[in-house]
Amino acid sequence: MKEKINRSIWGNLIVSFVLIVVAIFMALPLVYSIMNAFKPLDELFLFPPRLFVRKPTFKNFSDLFYLMSTSFVPFSRYIFNSIFISFFGTLGHVLIASMAAYPLAKHRFPGSKILFNLVIFSLMFSGYVTNIPRFIIMSKLHLLDSYLSLILPYIGATLGLFLMKQFMEQIPDSYIESARIDGANEFKIWWYVIMPNVKPAWLTLILFSFREIWNDTYTPALYIHNEALKPFSLALTYIQQGGFVRAGAGAAAAVLMLIPSILIFLITQSNVMETMKSAGIKG
Amino acid sequence: MKRDKIKNIWKEIKKNRESYFLILPYFVLFFIFVVIPVLFGAILSFTNYNIIQAPKFIGWSNYRRLFLEDDIFLIAFQNTFKFALITGPISYFACLFFAWLINELSPKIRAIATLLYYAPALSSSIFFIWTYIFSGDVYGLLNGILMNLGIIKEPIYWLQDPNINLYVLMLIQLWMSLGTSFLAFIAGFQTIDRSLYEAGAIDGIRNRWQELWYITLPSMKPQLIFGAIMQVTASFAVADISATLIGFPSPLYSAHTIVLHMWDYGSIRYEMGYASAIAVILFLITVTINQGVRRILRSD
Repeated sequence: MKEKINRSIWGNLIVSFVLIVVAIFMALPLVYSIMNAFKPLDELFLFPPRLFVRKPTFKNFSDLFYLMSTSFVPFSRYIFNSIFISFFGTLGHVLIASMAAYPLAKHRFPGSKILFNLVIFSLMFSGYVTNIPRFIIMSKLHLLDSYLSLILPYIGATLGLFLMKQFMEQIPDSYIESARIDGANEFKIWWYVIMPNVKPAWLTLILFSFREIWNDTYTPALYIHNEALKPFSLALTYIQQGGFVRAGAGAAAAVLMLIPSILIFLITQSNVMETMKSAGIKG
Repeated sequence: MKRDKIKNIWKEIKKNRESYFLILPYFVLFFIFVVIPVLFGAILSFTNYNIIQAPKFIGWSNYRRLFLEDDIFLIAFQNTFKFALITGPISYFACLFFAWLINELSPKIRAIATLLYYAPALSSSIFFIWTYIFSGDVYGLLNGILMNLGIIKEPIYWLQDPNINLYVLMLIQLWMSLGTSFLAFIAGFQTIDRSLYEAGAIDGIRNRWQELWYITLPSMKPQLIFGAIMQVTASFAVADISATLIGFPSPLYSAHTIVLHMWDYGSIRYEMGYASAIAVILFLITVTINQGVRRILRSD
């Protein structure tokens, strides 16, 4: 127990107490939404309201499926759209951002510093700043109302490239040297030498990119008018605004929305931590 | 002389053409969707543009109108600053503090705690669950509990009351704000060389606070800078939670923010030039503050 030299018992008690109280605050809304998803209608509008469910039911889920199957666009279509854009947006981002990160981390060529500084600089303002011109550009490129309008901007997202480049810097140059001596070109080095060595980084990118696309309601609301192309996140906000009758179905949809992100985090957690170790910005 | 230099650069570029091929797809997208929009927006902010007719140059008048005539912008400006100045530092230190505490737990408990603390940020689209908790009628969970306990007699209009709804939003934002920087901090704590602590103990460091201040924090400066940038950027960009939970526009514009004001003019009124001027202001604010914070953290 070498690490615990300076720890007092009282300190440990206080620390544990604080951690538990805050954990309850963080978990409560999530627990509440999961509970709501299984509450029958009379429990949803019970007075006084109750956090925990007494007679759990799957009716909200069947209501949700019913509601969505009778709607103009079938429920499965929203789910498909979400999965489609999340999958290709994430895949594209992981491949293309890591392809660009390799030379930025390991080569020195005219412009490389400026380009990377631009990337760091763009971490400093939120995407909202670019929304209006981006919308105009989208419409000029005739990309509005297409899957591409939802996929392409995520592929060019900045956080992923930044994390990838920082992580790649740790790979010993000797790996690259020896591959070069064996006659591999840079593309091959990227694919066969770099990518297998940065597995934690691309798992992290998968998590961040998926989380971003899956939860986004703002971008699709802006670029997509065709109901058949809208993602689940957007459909969810509509059910949400549907009021009383749909409260149960809304709670069920929220739970469906939650599951994939949490699952991906559980799978990638240790790798994410590995990647974030190199996420710093020096000065 | 100059010609030689250009020739040299050209030689360098040719030598590195494989590098350029590799970065090309990403940077094409990055330029189209990030760099050009920023520059284009800056230009548009000096025009009058409604998408249908060609933009018309009008000089500084968008900016003049923003600061001199648009009272609602000033409300949005104040709200955004109030919001950012309160939630920004709190969530930054909360990220740091909880990352630090979690780091001392055993690996298994640490994994569970990380998931619990990160889950709200992870599932950011379900923040509307708070409408049920803060619902202004007796069916709201919080009102129900408080009335049950006899603390209040009448339900409180948490989200509609202009005097308190901004603070309710802050609480919800804090709930969601243990995100990327939180993960970076946890990871940062794990990178610190254990032997530094042993050396510190010999040098007379007595408790965990001294350890944190003299050893831990200085060793993870890069993560601290990264985290600060992420937090500043996020705390000035509040919009969705206000529009979803309180409604748009909020009562008396009590929860109006700069992004919402921009959204109002950009997506509803189609005054693209004016909306761009709002975007430019937001851009200048976040970049200036980020540069300032970076400078403070960098120096010793």
